[in-house]
Amino acid sequence: MGPHYQHLYDMLSKVDGYIYPNEIDLNWSILIVLYPYITGLVAGAFILASLERVFKVKVLKPTYTIALLSALAFLLVATMPLISHLGKPLRFFEIMITPHFTSAMAIFGFIYIWYLMVVLLLEIWFDYRRDLVLWSQEKKGIMKRVYKILTLGVTDISPKALKWDDRLGYAITVIGIPSAFLLHGYVGFIFGSVKANPWWSTVLMPVIFIFSAMVSGIALVMFIFMMVNYIRKKLIDMNCLDAIAKFLLVALILDFALEGLDQVHRIYEAEESFQILDLLVKGKLTYTLFLFQWGLGMLVPILILGYLQMFKSNARLRRILYLITSLLVLIGIFFMRWNVVIGGQLFSKSFYGFTAFKLKLIGTEGIGMASIWIILPFLILLFLFWLLSPWKRHPEEGGS
Amino acid sequence: MANNQVKSRRRFLTDAALLTGGIFVASGLNPFGKLLYAVERKNPKGPWYGMGIDLEKCIGCGRCADACKTENDVPREPFFFRTWVEQYTILNDGSVKITSPNGGIDGFKQMYPDEEIFKSFFVPKMCNHCENSPCVQVCPVGATYESPEGIALLDSSYCIGCRYCVQACPYGCRYIHPTRKVVDKCTMCYHRITKGLLPACVEVCPKGAKIFGDLNDPKSDLVKFKKEYSWQVLKPHMNTDPKVFYNGLRAEVR
Repeated sequence: MGPHYQHLYDMLSKVDGYIYPNEIDLNWSILIVLYPYITGLVAGAFILASLERVFKVKVLKPTYTIALLSALAFLLVATMPLISHLGKPLRFFEIMITPHFTSAMAIFGFIYIWYLMVVLLLEIWFDYRRDLVLWSQEKKGIMKRVYKILTLGVTDISPKALKWDDRLGYAITVIGIPSAFLLHGYVGFIFGSVKANPWWSTVLMPVIFIFSAMVSGIALVMFIFMMVNYIRKKLIDMNCLDAIAKFLLVALILDFALEGLDQVHRIYEAEESFQILDLLVKGKLTYTLFLFQWGLGMLVPILILGYLQMFKSNARLRRILYLITSLLVLIGIFFMRWNVVIGGQLFSKSFYGFTAFKLKLIGTEGIGMASIWIILPFLILLFLFWLLSPWKRHPEEGGS
Repeated sequence: MANNQVKSRRRFLTDAALLTGGIFVASGLNPFGKLLYAVERKNPKGPWYGMGIDLEKCIGCGRCADACKTENDVPREPFFFRTWVEQYTILNDGSVKITSPNGGIDGFKQMYPDEEIFKSFFVPKMCNHCENSPCVQVCPVGATYESPEGIALLDSSYCIGCRYCVQACPYGCRYIHPTRKVVDKCTMCYHRITKGLLPACVEVCPKGAKIFGDLNDPKSDLVKFKKEYSWQVLKPHMNTDPKVFYNGLRAEVR
């Protein structure tokens, strides 16, 4: 017995009831919790951005670029937890070269590339093209070259060309909305289609994933929007913030209703797996499900935002409550992913017992690695804010 | 009269047209018929392997699990098994107790006094080599595949270690090899059966409780086993069509 297996021997004493002998170790750990979490943030942030663009919710204008850049920053990292959790990370490209099309996982690479290259990058490029051209004329030295490269050689900024930019950008956003739904609904399907696992296998899974993605993405943009204004010492646009809060409330209520429906359905049907899932929910998942996911992550935000809809409060109190709400929601959705991914592996497929899960601090599946993938998108976002600064853009001429 | 003739001719023409159209549509749909009517001989020119397990005969010695580890270089630690044996003890109060210490390799001890026990028996488990394998379905790169003989195999030089198949297997038959970092599973000793030998677990069973055979061969021991006993498969509601058939399987076994 090498020290290699020591943690497994330790785990042996924590097994409750009977599990198949191969089930002692959780196969998907914290990194696979992060994967749907980060992808959800991307999809949600994009949907908020498209509310402004496609559905002409003009009050959200100040968040449009922030939302797009946030989506990009997180999307660039989205595959990292996936690849780093693989047993053979260097073989990851096989999934793109020789995809096995009956696998729900095989298509993700393509949807990801589509979303990154066709939707997000193009939309941002069209949105920024005029600024890129102007920056490439104004700046000196290396930055001049960088912006020149970013224009991809398209330097025509006549009103006619700009009109085309706007039209094409709009078209991409229209394509982008179903793409965002596809991106995250698909992630839900990866779990929802595993018939061997009754905690995952529900037709509602993709839908729940989409709505929870909207919830988390809106909360993320709300948080970043407030932080940005705080750091830049600017007075925040309260109308915009109130509007985000309203959308967040709607998304929260829909998400809560769907998750509630899923649970009610499970309880009422009470299939073969009901007893073990009942024990799971009331045992191992008590805190993460009832307290973090539904309590602090959903009910409290719904109550706060609902209160602010009904009763007028001053701007300062609203800001504080919005900040708390956005953080609670972000934590709550993290635990929603946790409860799905980790919760679904805690019980044995024999339905006769439970294994245990202990989060490690270091190692490829540890907190350290996970923190990197959570902090990295924020660093990328800072870089994007510097490179494609939403605050140094050139005001549009003639207000087209 | 003439009017009637016209009517009947018209009816004849519409009926003929409907019939032709129906045949045409049915032929178009024929390939999809496979989805509806499953019975069809697999691998008609070669063998189609399966396994019978007679629980009435199993004494829980665990030699099958031990031989499997030796034959297939499975890590000796008690967390990695291609095959293992479970001990079921049903007490008089109806509660079900299951153990599989070290997969049964070191044998079993009955922890309950005889007077409390309603029934006790052993269940050897292994990959069911399902006809509709969820593991083959979900592998994103096709590293897990079905051999022409119906054996679910794995190309370990191709597996990326994503573990989706481990999640998809309803029977817990797959594990991640601790040093190779790819999936490992029962191959029904493919390297032996293709040379005409028996799988290691079958070879060592002292009671002949495991019956390996070709489902396409009417004279094989397995086909005889299936005729003789009212066999069952594990988790039939999963619709995975396992090719491991149990005699004496009780409802408690999952």
